[in-house]
Amino acid sequence: MSLETVAPKIAAPTRPLTFSRPAKRLFLLGLLVAGAIIIFMTIDSRGNWDFVIPFRGTKILALALVSYAIAVSTVLFQTVAGNRILSPSIMGFDALYVLIQTTLVFVLGAQATVTLNLQARFVLEVTCMVLFAGILYRWLFGGTRRSLHLLILVGIIFGVLFRSFANMMMRLIDPNEFVILQDMLFASFNSFDRNLLWVSAALIFGGSIVLWRIGHTFDILALGRETAVNLGINFQRTVTIILVVIAIFVSVSTALVGPVTFFGLLVANLAYQLAGTYKHRWILPFAAGLALLFLVSGQMVVERLFSFNTSLSIVVEFLGGIVFIILLIRGAGR
Amino acid sequence: MIEIKDVSKSYDKTVVVDGVSLKIPAGGITSIIGPNGAGKSTLLALISRLLPMNSGQVLVDGLNVTTTPGDALARKLSILRQDNHIGSRLTVHDLVTFGRYPYSKGRPTIEDLKHVRMALQYLNLESMSGRFLDELSGGQRQRAFVAMVLCQDTDYVLLDEPLNNLDMKHAAAMMKLLRRTADELGKTVVLVLHDVNFASCYSDYIVAMKDGKIAYRGNPSEIIRPDIMRGIYDMDIAVQDVDGKRIAIYYA
Ligand SMILES: Nc1ncnc2c1ncn2[C@@H]1O[C@H](COP(=O)(O)OP(=O)(O)O)[C@@H](O)[C@H]1O
Ligand SMILES: [Mg+2]
Repeated sequence: MSLETVAPKIAAPTRPLTFSRPAKRLFLLGLLVAGAIIIFMTIDSRGNWDFVIPFRGTKILALALVSYAIAVSTVLFQTVAGNRILSPSIMGFDALYVLIQTTLVFVLGAQATVTLNLQARFVLEVTCMVLFAGILYRWLFGGTRRSLHLLILVGIIFGVLFRSFANMMMRLIDPNEFVILQDMLFASFNSFDRNLLWVSAALIFGGSIVLWRIGHTFDILALGRETAVNLGINFQRTVTIILVVIAIFVSVSTALVGPVTFFGLLVANLAYQLAGTYKHRWILPFAAGLALLFLVSGQMVVERLFSFNTSLSIVVEFLGGIVFIILLIRGAGR
Repeated sequence: MIEIKDVSKSYDKTVVVDGVSLKIPAGGITSIIGPNGAGKSTLLALISRLLPMNSGQVLVDGLNVTTTPGDALARKLSILRQDNHIGSRLTVHDLVTFGRYPYSKGRPTIEDLKHVRMALQYLNLESMSGRFLDELSGGQRQRAFVAMVLCQDTDYVLLDEPLNNLDMKHAAAMMKLLRRTADELGKTVVLVLHDVNFASCYSDYIVAMKDGKIAYRGNPSEIIRPDIMRGIYDMDIAVQDVDGKRIAIYYA
């Protein structure tokens, strides 16, 4: 059969809206994010620009890094896991990171940990995280797909296990040393660690380059392992790379603002609802934009309305937790 | 030619494919038949590197499927599994376009889109190319998946029970279509079929599996016979000649 005789008879099959709709919506979201950032930067500044610009600018940078890290890691994790109910934090990734932080203080002693330059320590932690998470989660997700129930169960067990180990070690640590650990563990949206910003930005940037290069596989991976293999993807290798980058991103966001369990789930699912497409090319920036919009406006509300009395993580966790429950009830994971 | 050399696969201690050696000739339609659990799907998955084998090897035109890079193989051989479930909300057109991924790597060219249109037309799906998969009937969805695999345009096309969910009309149309892809486009089609009569009427070569082994092989007139049917399915099946085709009567 010749192609030419067939082709002209058939109208262009894609619906014209399919391409423009996500672009329009992403643009709209971009405007909202830009608006929120401008308000955040200028509100109540009292002409104090020399102080306000760098101070709030750093905050925005931190929020942007965290939004991006959480959104991208959650969306990709769901792609690899093959459902929309799981997220790295539900599978115990950030609990693992806290455990690694604690173990390092425990093993090296707080003295050594402090003398170790802050950035070096961070990189050491991220390296351990990549190693452990790489091995553990590759074993779970690298082969044939496992049942969602099993995965949720394993995630809960991992989370509880890592947290209990961390707690146990905290008890064993010398009280003086514990003070230092506490400093590390009590990072939050209000008191993130400014010294880690540039290392974090570098790590995120590096991870993003890796992701960019394998970006064309994401939509295919979402079709499931067998279809992906049929279409020529080296599944095990690609999934391992993605899990390693996820481990880096989770380390960065946990180090900056502490563990956030449900927020990623919230933005990933909203992105799929609102972007009107399944294509990662749109979903990834959409989820990151939504996350930033929430965090920047949330931070404003917390700072202005509650004058710092409420923590932003409580608010986002509350919303994210509700979404998680709704998803479980609706059985969206299937 | 697909050469299967002493291939075995076991889960724990259960041997599912047991030292199978088989040559599937290039060109034409080869059907694999056999009772449930005989290992047909597993054999197809081993040939198409969806599952690792415990021992033995499979060569497709001399390429070892275990060691050949996946993307090179994806332009040589395609497979459609028995059960297909997709989490994303895709349109038929999106799904079929994925079949071009081995060539386009996510950036379909005009040429790729021509293939997509041709595959849609081949399976009579143009009118529903913008519909979402979850809005289709089981048979329509099955045809969309077959279109995706044909769009991959490989020399070897492996289909595991492609007649699943199809009514009589569409099942016969599907078999005629596969016959055409073999005859006109020169492709090698390997099918797992449930219905021995479709195997009898449309294949050049039939392979019968039982308990993980190849029980019989030959052309339809050699295989569709009461004694051999009894050997495969453990039941008495009458066979009649209808218009030169051998038809098994297994309802009574
Ligand atoms: N993942 C698996 N784990 C354990 N046993 C399996 C698995 N997949 C298939 N089997 C077993 O292998 C045998 C052959 O299965 P299959 O190849 O699907 O048979 P067929 O396609 O011929 O009906 C069956 O007995 C089945 O129970
Ligand atoms: Mg089967």
